[in-house]
Amino acid sequence: MMRWLSFVWIGALRFLGEGRLQTGFIVGGITIGVAVIVFMSAMLAGLEANFIKRVLTSQAQIQLLPPNQIARPLRNGSSEIEDAIVQRPSQRVISIDQWQAIAHRMEALPAVRAVAASMTGSALAIRGDASRSVSVVGIQPESYLKVVRLSDYIVAGQLRLTSDDILIGTDLARDLGASLGDKIIVSSNGGARRTLTVTALFDLGNKGANQRNTYVALRTAQSLLGVLGGVTEIGLTINNIYDAENIAREIESSNAVEADSWIKTNAQFFTAVQAQKYTNTLIRLFVGLSVAFGIAAVLVVSVIQRSKDIGILRAMGATRGQILRLFLLQGGLLGFAGSLGGSVLGAAALVYWHSMARQADGSELFPLIIEPSLFVATALLATLTGVAAAMAPALRASRLDPVEAIRG
Amino acid sequence: MAEPILALKDVRKSYAVGLSTETEVLHGIDLELESGGFVALVGPSGSGKSTLLNIIGLLDRPTSGELAIAGRKTSELDDAQITHLRGHRIGFVFQSHLLISAFTALENVMMPMVVSRGHVTEAIEARGRHLLDRMGIAQFANNGALNMSGGQQQRVAVARALAMQPDLILADEPTGNLDSKSAEVVFTLMREENARSGTSFLIVTHNMDLARRCDRIITVVDGRIGGSPE
Ligand SMILES: Nc1ncnc2c1ncn2[C@@H]1O[C@H](COP(=O)(O)OP(=O)(O)OP(=O)(O)O)[C@@H](O)[C@H]1O
Ligand SMILES: [Mg+2]
Repeated sequence: MMRWLSFVWIGALRFLGEGRLQTGFIVGGITIGVAVIVFMSAMLAGLEANFIKRVLTSQAQIQLLPPNQIARPLRNGSSEIEDAIVQRPSQRVISIDQWQAIAHRMEALPAVRAVAASMTGSALAIRGDASRSVSVVGIQPESYLKVVRLSDYIVAGQLRLTSDDILIGTDLARDLGASLGDKIIVSSNGGARRTLTVTALFDLGNKGANQRNTYVALRTAQSLLGVLGGVTEIGLTINNIYDAENIAREIESSNAVEADSWIKTNAQFFTAVQAQKYTNTLIRLFVGLSVAFGIAAVLVVSVIQRSKDIGILRAMGATRGQILRLFLLQGGLLGFAGSLGGSVLGAAALVYWHSMARQADGSELFPLIIEPSLFVATALLATLTGVAAAMAPALRASRLDPVEAIRG
Repeated sequence: MAEPILALKDVRKSYAVGLSTETEVLHGIDLELESGGFVALVGPSGSGKSTLLNIIGLLDRPTSGELAIAGRKTSELDDAQITHLRGHRIGFVFQSHLLISAFTALENVMMPMVVSRGHVTEAIEARGRHLLDRMGIAQFANNGALNMSGGQQQRVAVARALAMQPDLILADEPTGNLDSKSAEVVFTLMREENARSGTSFLIVTHNMDLARRCDRIITVVDGRIGGSPE
C-alpha cells in the first residue's frame, strides 16, 4: 500500500478511485468550469495588455498642454444670458508658457522617468498635384522616443530627423504617391513653406493616424508654425502607469498647464474593461457555485453509499475528525483534479483561439499571456471550493452513528 | 479466576419508539468476562444479543448502568477516549464480513493499525501479511476485498479484528452466513488465536454445536441473562 501516505489520504484516494464513474463525471464538470474561467481571464488580460501596450507606445502617459482657454457665455451681471453662442478660441498655435522651466521641474519629479517636449500644428503636405491636410509634430527624437515608442512603428527607412527630414504614415505616402527619399512640400496656415525629405514610413495601426500624423524635427515645426522656441505639449513617462491620473492632478495643481493622463483620455476603454471585469467576476462566482454544488451532491451520495464503510472505520477506531478530513480531502482532491484538467483545457483553447482570432490587419487579437499565477490561483481556489463544498457531507459522515451505519 | 476483562453492572438499554414511547430492550444486565475466555452468547432472535454486543463494543452507550473494560469505567470517558479504547482494546467480526470494498484484503487487515498510527509503516504491512498467512489466505493479499468467497472474506475479517492485538474480540454471528465447512474453518481459527494469544472472544451464535465447544455459554432471553444451560 501507499507507504507514508496518511490514512486520510489513502482513504480519500481509494474511495474516489472506487467510485470511478462519479469521480470522472464530476471532475469533467469541474474541468469545463475551470477551463471557461481560465480562458476568459487570460483572454481578457491579454486584450487589456494589448490595448495598454498600443496606447502607451503611441501616446505619452501624461500630456501637459497649455491651460485650456474655456469660452464662457457672456452674462450681463444677473443670470440673464446676453449671448449664448459659445465659440472655441481660434485655432492659433499656443505655446506652453515657460515650458523649459516646467520641463525641468518634471524631470526632477521622482515619479517621472522621461520628459519630451513637442510642437504640434496643422499644415498642408503637397507633392505634385496631390495635397493633404496633415498634423505636423515637431520632436527631439532622443527624448521623444523615451515617451512615445515611435521606433516600434517604423516599417521602412531610418528614424532620422535632421531639420530637412520628415516621417510620414504609410497611408499618407500612398495618398501623395511618395516613397522613401522623395521630397514633399509642407506649407503652414501662416504661409511658411519647407521642402522635406521622407526618411521613414510608419504604420500606427490606424488609418486616420497614418494619413494625418507627420513627424519633423522640433526646430522645423517651430519655424513652420511660427512659434520659435515654443512647444505645445510636454509628454511624460512615469514609473507606475496606473498612478498617471493622480500624478496628473498633482502636476496641474502646481503648474500652469493642463495635464491629461492616458487613463483619462482612454476613460471609455477603462469603463469597458471595468464592466468586463465585473461580468467576469459574476461568471466566476456562478461557475464556482455550480462546481461547489456538484461536488457537494456527489459527496452526499457517496456518504450514503459508504455509510457501512464509515461505520466499520469508526468501529476500528477512526475518530470523527479522521472521517471528517477523509471527506473534506475528497472534495479538495476533486476540485484540484478539475482545476488541473481545466487549466490544460483552458490553455489549449487559448492557444487555439489565439491562432485563429486575428485583427483586421492580420495581427494577433490579443497577446498569448499564460501567467503561471493564474493557474496557481485557479488551482488554489478550486481546491478550497472543493473543501468548502465537502463540508456538509463530511460533517454528516463524521456524525454517523456507527451502529446505524453498520446495520445499514 | 483471572482479572475480568469486561464487567457490566445493571446495564439497561431503551430505544425510543415513536415520539414519546420507549421500550427497554436490555433489562439490567450483570456480566463479567474473565480475561482469555472463549465465550458463546446465545439466545432467541430479538432477545438483545446484538444490542448487548454493540454496548460492550462501545459502538453504543447504555441508557443506564456501568460498563468497565479492563478495569476502566466507560461512563466517565468522552467520545474521543471511547474511540481510542475501542480502537485499541476491541476487535470486531460482523455477520456479513463487512470488509471495505475500496481496499484490498491486505489493506483491510492493516486498516485498524493505519487508523491508529496515522499512516502505513513497514511493520504494519508485515503484520498484515503475517495475519493473512495465519488465516491461510496469504495468496489473496492483493485481491479486492469482495473478490473472495464468503469464508475467505470472513477470515480477512478475523485477521483484521486481531490486528491491534485487542483484549477482546466481539463476533456477531461470524459464521451465520457461511456453509458448515467454512464455518468450521473460521471457528477453528478463532479458537486457535484464543489459545495462542490469550485474546478473549465473545461470540454470538445460533449454532449450538459451536457454542458447546466454547469455554462458557451465556444465554440471553428477553433482554436478561438466563445463565448457562450446562
Ligand atoms: N435502533 C433500534 N430501535 C428500536 N428498537 C431496536 C433497535 N435496535 C434493536 N431494537 C430492538 O431490540 C430488540 C433486540 O434486538 P437485537 O438486534 O439486539 O436482537 P438479537 O438478539 O441480536 O436478534 P437476532 O438473533 O435476530 O440478531 C429487538 O426487539 C429489536 O427490535
Ligand atoms: Mg443480532
